[in-house]
Amino acid sequence: MAAYLIKRLLQMIPTLLGVILLVFLLFNWVGGDPAYVLAGKFSNPQDIANIRRQLGVDQPLFIQFGIFLRQVLTFDYGLSWSTQEPVSHIFLTRLGPSIALLLPMLILETLIGVAIALAVAYVRDSWIDRSLTLTTTAAMSISLLIYIIVGQYFFAFVLGWFPVQGWANHGESWVRYAVLPILLGLAVSIAPAIRLYRTFVLEEMGQDYVRTARAKGLSEMRVMLVHVLRNASIPIITTVLGSLPGLLIGAFLLERFFSIPGIGREVIMAVERSDFPVIKAITVSVAMATMVFNLLADLAYQWVDPRVKLS
Amino acid sequence: MGRPKGEIIMSALRHSPVHSKHIEPVKRDTAKSLSAIAWGRLRRNPVGMFSLGIVAVFLIAIVASALGLIAQDWDRQYALSFAPPTFMGSSQETSQEDGVSPSLPPALTQASGTQLEMYGLQDPLQPVLDQLNSHTGHDSDPLIGLSAETPMRAATLFLGADKWGRSIALKVMKGAETSVLVGIAAALLATFIGTVLGAFAGYWGGWVDALIEWLYGVFTAIPYLLLVFAIAAVLQQKGVFTIILILGLTGWTGVYRLIRAEYLKHKVREYVLAAEAIGASHARRMFVHILPNVSHVILVQLSQQVVNFIKAEVILSFLGFGVPVDVVSWGSILNETPNELILGYGWQLMTCGLAMATLVTAFAMLTDALRDALDPRLK
Repeated sequence: MAAYLIKRLLQMIPTLLGVILLVFLLFNWVGGDPAYVLAGKFSNPQDIANIRRQLGVDQPLFIQFGIFLRQVLTFDYGLSWSTQEPVSHIFLTRLGPSIALLLPMLILETLIGVAIALAVAYVRDSWIDRSLTLTTTAAMSISLLIYIIVGQYFFAFVLGWFPVQGWANHGESWVRYAVLPILLGLAVSIAPAIRLYRTFVLEEMGQDYVRTARAKGLSEMRVMLVHVLRNASIPIITTVLGSLPGLLIGAFLLERFFSIPGIGREVIMAVERSDFPVIKAITVSVAMATMVFNLLADLAYQWVDPRVKLS
Repeated sequence: MGRPKGEIIMSALRHSPVHSKHIEPVKRDTAKSLSAIAWGRLRRNPVGMFSLGIVAVFLIAIVASALGLIAQDWDRQYALSFAPPTFMGSSQETSQEDGVSPSLPPALTQASGTQLEMYGLQDPLQPVLDQLNSHTGHDSDPLIGLSAETPMRAATLFLGADKWGRSIALKVMKGAETSVLVGIAAALLATFIGTVLGAFAGYWGGWVDALIEWLYGVFTAIPYLLLVFAIAAVLQQKGVFTIILILGLTGWTGVYRLIRAEYLKHKVREYVLAAEAIGASHARRMFVHILPNVSHVILVQLSQQVVNFIKAEVILSFLGFGVPVDVVSWGSILNETPNELILGYGWQLMTCGLAMATLVTAFAMLTDALRDALDPRLK
């Protein structure tokens, strides 16, 4: 186990270096000279030279790469170009709202998705199953933009059930602000989740052990909820864990529409303001999180299913 | 005999060596090509044919609009601002005579020049306006364009009008052109990159494979949209070509994964070994022998990528990172809709959303049908 862990962690190093190199080349080489952006419209050569020296972009590329590498390792990405706030501080303060939005969404999505998937897989090929497949296809064809635009307009603006925008980090006001974004996020993500989990459940239902369990005279309830669910949960856990880091970014539209100060909204704003340090920091950090969560998913896989050999 | 040596040996390998010349023409008549078989299967699939029909209608309309046959004057101001669709009837019948939109506040209609005169100021833009007027041929105020001399604008329009009185139907049509062409071009680019990298990694193995696998690991470690945003931030100039490049250069990983696996499988098959035996070069084996045998995977991926990239383009353009302001796409249309909704006009959102949902669903169902038709072993 420990050997496996060390091996996997070592394997991450070249990938992480690649990510750092890609981000570096993108921003320091393709992106051109940021001094002109920073100096503004009314600048003189002296200002530009000063800014270049401050940023270190007057150094050769490999020294700049060294600077960036040190920034990644110490998690100190300097100051934001537009707000002069430390980038690591921005990242850490924006993480909370993102997680407070995403975690309930992910938990609800998994619980509801698995419940419905079990139910429709049990009555597979009936009219219920077929009409649900049709509904999910139709639901998935509508752009998530439209869900959010219409949902915000209808439930918050027209009906006034929820505040149109805003956020609070905890307590009662968190509930007030978070319910609508979470519901809309669910509306978008539940259809693909149901379809995916349905295939997982169906795959297990065709196995021999299900027939054996039925032959033993177990109740259908027990067969589905204990035998099938337990085995289907293996791919489900891996999917959920693997999707977590991507969700950080994936919820950017919700965060933007509802003015939730999370990571996704921060990325959008940073792109709008050409705030390179923020984008660099978030890209590298989220990539690291993705790799760690992929490893966690593999470990969880083995934990749920001891037959799986880690190698 | 002008036939190349390789072909004779190939046909000898395919058929029994003795009767090869005799049997060949007969076989050619009866055996159908893979594409003919697949087409036959697709034709028997009603859902597949139906979605193919819808996609074809969209594509024909898009080509026509790209050639300038339809929707060419999509930015002409046909109607009053936010004119409702014809089938809804007009609530603005009375205002049609004087040509002034009642939906604009009175302050705005007054602004056409009179306010400046009130303060005794010279309009610094007057020469420019005069020049514009002489161009357009009538001496209305071209900036606001609502004075009495404006040619009469319709109070209602098929599917309604947007804020500037442009036809929503034509605008969505023009937006479809941008979004779908971007989707198709980006999908072609991404599929091309994915296929070439996958072919090299799968065929050569060894350090080539290790290197490309590393690249794949790097690209998949960063969430897709984050990578797209990062590149959009770096590339300062906006444009249709830029967005195709961004989507294409980042979206190759899925195709690569599948093609690499196919090449790993195919490179040890007998027909490839036979090709090696007759002295076919590596490049020939990779792209003449193996490629046609994995083309069904490529085709299905291409179709799927088009849908993904249309969706991605819509989101990018919605956020303002996509097409430039003078180009209309489904994303830039959706960008206008939240504010319109608050004013109580939902026609643009409905039309655009419906067009998009129809095309995306049809394309997705066509992809499934293609997959079934080309590779019936897959589920």
